[in-house]
Amino acid sequence: MRVPTPAKVAQDQDVVLYVNGVTVSFDGFKALNNLSYVVRTGEMRAIIGPNGAGKTTMMDVVTGKTRPDAGEVYFKQVHDLTRLDEAAIANLGIGRKFQKPTVFENHSVFENLELASKSARGPFHSLFFRLTGEQATRIDAVLETIGLADQRADRAGALSHGQKQWLEIGMLLIQDPELLFLDEPVAGMTDAETEQTAALLRQIAGQHSVVVVEHDMAFVRALDVKVTVLHEGGVLAEGPLDQVQANERVIEVYLGR
Amino acid sequence: MPSPRTGYVPILLRLDPGGVVLLAIVLGAAVLVPVLNLAVPPDSPFHVPSYLVSLWGKYLCFALLAVSVDLVWGYCGILSLGHGAFFALGGYAMGMHLMRQIGDRGVYGHPVLPDFMVFLDWDRLPWYWHGFDSFAFAMMMVLLVPGTLAFVFGWLAFRSRVGGVYLSIISQAMTYALMLAFFRNDMGFGGNNGLTDFKDLLGFDLQADGTRAALFAASALALALGYLVCRLMMLSKFGRVVMAVRDGESRTRFLGYRVEYYKLVVWVVSAMLAGLAGALYVPQVGIINPGEFSPANSIEIIVWVAVGGRGTLYGAALGGVLVNYAKTYFTGAAPEIWLFLLGGLFIAVTLFLPKGIVGTAADGWRSLRRRIRAPARGTVP
Repeated sequence: MRVPTPAKVAQDQDVVLYVNGVTVSFDGFKALNNLSYVVRTGEMRAIIGPNGAGKTTMMDVVTGKTRPDAGEVYFKQVHDLTRLDEAAIANLGIGRKFQKPTVFENHSVFENLELASKSARGPFHSLFFRLTGEQATRIDAVLETIGLADQRADRAGALSHGQKQWLEIGMLLIQDPELLFLDEPVAGMTDAETEQTAALLRQIAGQHSVVVVEHDMAFVRALDVKVTVLHEGGVLAEGPLDQVQANERVIEVYLGR
Repeated sequence: MPSPRTGYVPILLRLDPGGVVLLAIVLGAAVLVPVLNLAVPPDSPFHVPSYLVSLWGKYLCFALLAVSVDLVWGYCGILSLGHGAFFALGGYAMGMHLMRQIGDRGVYGHPVLPDFMVFLDWDRLPWYWHGFDSFAFAMMMVLLVPGTLAFVFGWLAFRSRVGGVYLSIISQAMTYALMLAFFRNDMGFGGNNGLTDFKDLLGFDLQADGTRAALFAASALALALGYLVCRLMMLSKFGRVVMAVRDGESRTRFLGYRVEYYKLVVWVVSAMLAGLAGALYVPQVGIINPGEFSPANSIEIIVWVAVGGRGTLYGAALGGVLVNYAKTYFTGAAPEIWLFLLGGLFIAVTLFLPKGIVGTAADGWRSLRRRIRAPARGTVP
C-alpha cells in the first residue's frame, strides 16, 4: 500500500478522512469537480446541497463504488481508498447507510444483524461459522439500542419504514466502523421517528466519526455540527449552520436567484 | 436471552419438512425399487419392470440437475441458461470411461481406439483420452471438468460484475459454443453421433437388470447427497450471505463481503452436481451426444425448477421428476400433440402457480391454517 507523502496529507493525526481534488465525470458531466474536504476523528459532519450537487457520488467514491478520474482519498492517512473495492473499504472500517432503507427483507431482524457482525468475511469461514456468545450478546445489546428486541425473529421485510432505517443503523453499529456515512437517515420518517433517530445518532457520535448527508434543515440544525455545502460537485461553503446560511452564494444556490 | 444459533442442532432436525419427505422418498426408493425389480417375480403385481427402473433412474438424474440449478437460481439469483453444458460434460466424462471399457469389442475390433476413431483413420488416442480407462480418474473428471469450466467462467463473469440477463445470455452462449465444438469430428468426442454402444461398467453388463438397479440406487443416493450438500450449505451462515447477495448485492458488499467469491463457490458446486447428474444419466440411457448441449435443454431445466417452485431445493427435484414424467406420459398418450400439451402445462403453471407447485402449496397451507385458527381466537369473524 502506498504511503502518502507528508506534503499531501495534513500532518494532523486527527484526520480520519482526507479528500483532495476529487473529480468524477460521467460522459463529460462532472458529478464531482475538484472536491476537497477533511473529516476529523470523532467528528460529526453534515453535508447538504441541492439535488445533483454530487452528494451520492461523493459517498460512492469514498466507499469504493466509483473510481475517481482524479484526486486523492485517504482513510486514516495511510489507506488509499481509490485503489480498494467496496468489501475492502468496508473491512477497513467505513460503513454506509443508504438513503432508501436497505436491509435483507427475507432474513429475520436477528439474521440481518448477524450478517453485519464482526467476523471473517470469506466463504469458507461462513460455511463453518458459529455465532459466539460474545457476538450474540452484542447483537442483543444492539437490538435494545435500536428498539427492535421484540421483533428479533420477524422478517425484516415486515418492519415499518422507520424500523427498517433503525435496523440498518443497527447493522452499522454492529459492524462498528470508525467512519460512518449516513445518506438522509430521516427521509420519510415521522417527527417522532426523526427525534428518536437524532437521539440514536448522538449516541453513536461519541465513538465514531459520522458524515450525515441530509436535506432536512431542521434535522441538520438539531444535530448542531459543522456543515459542508456542496454545489455542482465542489464545496461551496463550510462552517457552522448559521454562518453557512448567511452566505450569499449559498442563498443564491438554494433559492435559485 | 440465549441466542438460537449458538447451540448445536443435529443435521436432520435442521431440515425443513419438505426436505425430510424428499429424503425419505428417495432413500426409500433406492432400496425398494431394486428389491421389487430383482427379488419379486415378474408375474407378481408388485414387480417393477426393468424399463421403469431405468426410466425413473433417469428422472432422478434430472431431479439432481434441477436441484443444482435451484442452488444458483433460487438462492443466489443467478439465472443460468447453460447448466445443460455442465450436465453434458459430466456425461461425456462418464461416456469416455465407458468407451474405453469397450476395449477390443468394438465393431472394428481395435484393441485401444474406439470405433469412431478407427473410422476417422486416427492412429492413436488423443492425449485428453488418456486416463479415462481408470474409473477413479473418470469419476474425478466428472466433477473436475464441469467444476473447472464453471470456475473459469464464473471467475471472469463475477469479477467483472456481469449479472442478471447478461450472465444468462453468456451462459447460453457457452453451452451453444460447446455444442458446435462437440459436433465437430476433429474434437475427438465422436462428433454428431457422440459416444454410444457402451458394454459394461466396472465389469458389470449395462444391459443386466442388476446393473440397472444399482445405477438407479446410485442415482437416488446422488440426489439425496446432492440435496443434503445444498441444504446444509444454505442452512449455514454461508447460505444466509448467498441469499443476502440475491436480495441486496451492494448492501452485502458494503458489509464487507466479497460477493464474487460467494457466487463463485455456489456456481462451481452447482456445476459439479450437474456433472454428477450427467455421469449417472449416460449409462442409464446408453448414449451421450452433442444434442445434450443444445440451448433448449438448459432452458428446459429452468422450466422444471419454475414448475416445482424455486428456492426450496426439494421443489426443484419434484419439478424435475414431474415435468419429465409428464413428457413421457404425453408422448405415449398423445404422440401428435404432446408438445402442445407440455407447452400448455408450462403456461398454466406460470399463470396459476407463479410460485411453482411447492410455493403455491405452502401459501395455501398457511392461509388454510390461518382460517382455521382465526375463529378459534375470536379475533377475525
